[in-house]
Amino acid sequence: MDSIMLPLAFLPAADDSISGLISLAVKAMFVENILLAFFLGMCSYLAVSKRVDTAIGLGIAVVFVQTITLPVNWAIYNYLLRPDALSWAGLPGTDLRYLGLIFYISTIAAMVQIVEMAIDKFSPKLYASLGIFLPLIAVNCAILGGSLFMVERDYSLPQSVVFGVGSGLGWMLAIISMAAIRQKLRTAHVPDSLKGLGITFITTGLIAMAFMTFSGIQL
Amino acid sequence: MRFLRNIVDNTRKLYAEPGSKFHKVWPAFDALETFLFTPHHTAPKSGPHVRDYMDLKRTMSMVIIAMVPCLLMAIFNTGYQHFAALAQMVGDGATNPYPAQIGWLQGLVFGGEYAPDLAAISFADQVVFGLQQMLPILIVSYGVGLTIEVVFSIWRSEEVSEGYLVSGMLIALVVPASIPLWQLALACAFTVVLAKEIFGGTGTNIFNPAMMARAFLFFAYAAQMSGDRVWVAGNGTRDTIDGYSGPTALSVAANAKLSGNHFESEGLPLVESSVDALTQAGFTWWDLFTGLVPGSAGETSTLAALIGAVLMIALGVASWRTIVGGVAGLFAMGLVMNLTAGSLDGLGGLPPHYHLVMGGFAFGIVFMATDPVSSPETNAGKWVYGLLIGAVTVLVRAVNPAYPEGMMLAVLLLNAFAPTIDHFVVQSNIKRRKVRLG
Repeated sequence: MDSIMLPLAFLPAADDSISGLISLAVKAMFVENILLAFFLGMCSYLAVSKRVDTAIGLGIAVVFVQTITLPVNWAIYNYLLRPDALSWAGLPGTDLRYLGLIFYISTIAAMVQIVEMAIDKFSPKLYASLGIFLPLIAVNCAILGGSLFMVERDYSLPQSVVFGVGSGLGWMLAIISMAAIRQKLRTAHVPDSLKGLGITFITTGLIAMAFMTFSGIQL
Repeated sequence: MRFLRNIVDNTRKLYAEPGSKFHKVWPAFDALETFLFTPHHTAPKSGPHVRDYMDLKRTMSMVIIAMVPCLLMAIFNTGYQHFAALAQMVGDGATNPYPAQIGWLQGLVFGGEYAPDLAAISFADQVVFGLQQMLPILIVSYGVGLTIEVVFSIWRSEEVSEGYLVSGMLIALVVPASIPLWQLALACAFTVVLAKEIFGGTGTNIFNPAMMARAFLFFAYAAQMSGDRVWVAGNGTRDTIDGYSGPTALSVAANAKLSGNHFESEGLPLVESSVDALTQAGFTWWDLFTGLVPGSAGETSTLAALIGAVLMIALGVASWRTIVGGVAGLFAMGLVMNLTAGSLDGLGGLPPHYHLVMGGFAFGIVFMATDPVSSPETNAGKWVYGLLIGAVTVLVRAVNPAYPEGMMLAVLLLNAFAPTIDHFVVQSNIKRRKVRLG
């Protein structure tokens, strides 16, 4: 039982080799699924999981934003914020980690703007169906959580790219499965008081239980 | 029968009409009546009308019939394991618990001075002990589950459906015979309410209720659902045999330490291969196939599950695609694991045909995975679903040290993705037709 309850964040980080990166990707997608194991990014997950098509669109947007912001935040952390990070500019002895949250969120907000403009340009239909939730990726906890995990686990640059793709794909997997389930549930006699968010929360809990299949896998 | 018919007919007016005295509990009355007699429901004046010889009740009856071999095997094997374990313990010098500890049914059948000769156990001894363990499990499982179903039906003013007749039996067969009854009752309540009724009841649940009950027990009461002590039922109190540890074949193979990978000084029993570990522990492939091994009550026998599979496919209530896909996925992933993890310890190096007969795979793929509600509805989807269940089962067995048994969680995981699989199959069909028809 101990191994089931072990907080996954404290498992040793994978190494930089190809096999280490592959196992990091698998870990980020399945074993430590950012939504179903950490319950990060719930708000847009609950709100935009009514249709599979929209869910795929938002999923791709999250993968994209996550993949870009993680390496950028990695660079910011390693060359600006961490202790002695500014020694390349001739300023040893600095420690700007207390500015971390502001920097990460600004990066995320900027990246989301870029993604938003790109989607508006290439797929206005998706842009319309995502609506308010696209700008809200900026405050999606899964994205900020990804950056914070990257800092906490001390990932290298290749690792943070792989972790970005993996955790984004894991989030996408979760929201697509939820959207398909909700499409199926549309004809079900769910009790009135549980319609909508109630049954979605319960389903998420049950899916998370099914995802415990992977918890404890050591790669 | 006329006597019953009269009672039903005379009391019907108390329930049937809207506004009558007990109309609120009409679903319960209706369930009882349709259980006793052929219902004289007539088709409504307007459509849609479906004529088919298979309705829900007939489908469920077929599944129950297909489960009978597993149930009989569960009853026999529970007794067989009990007396085999006792014989071994007494042979090792422990005191014989008989006649100091006699179970309720043994006392009823054989009298208070019952002292079976452990060297020559008769078939009757084994069956009586098996019934003594399995009957309370079945009664609790059906009692709790059906009560909640009836309450929900009354609340929704819908007919009580027959779905739980299968789930209740499945739950009884996938738990160890030593399970404390209050835990079983809790699991039944959990699964009927949270995995079934709030999703709309029979026909619209996302997860297989029986697997959900088992998963609930597994995570909530791991001490009674896993380990080496729980698989052989004891007597007196509903408990395991004190001091007896009978691991399942899965746990033996999972803990196998291969001599090629370890130094002698580690003090572990080293073996040449996982199969050697099984053989040394007394499990041959045929033992595992016939099912006279420790395990969850109804899951041990691949033979009984095979008979069930043949029956259900012949009667048209289970999809052969799911079953064949599952076995194919199991073999494929088993071979991949053999190639990549050939020199590793544990379940990774085990030949695929061993995976087929170990743990709950055969029972699960035949009775759980083919559940028409929680599996995909498209034929292509059923192939994908089966293949992935087989593959994930072996994957979890081989690479996840936390759980030696991957079947339960593989089915639940794929239940969660069944609607997704369906969605993509349907979309690709639409796309193909668009291309074909322009």
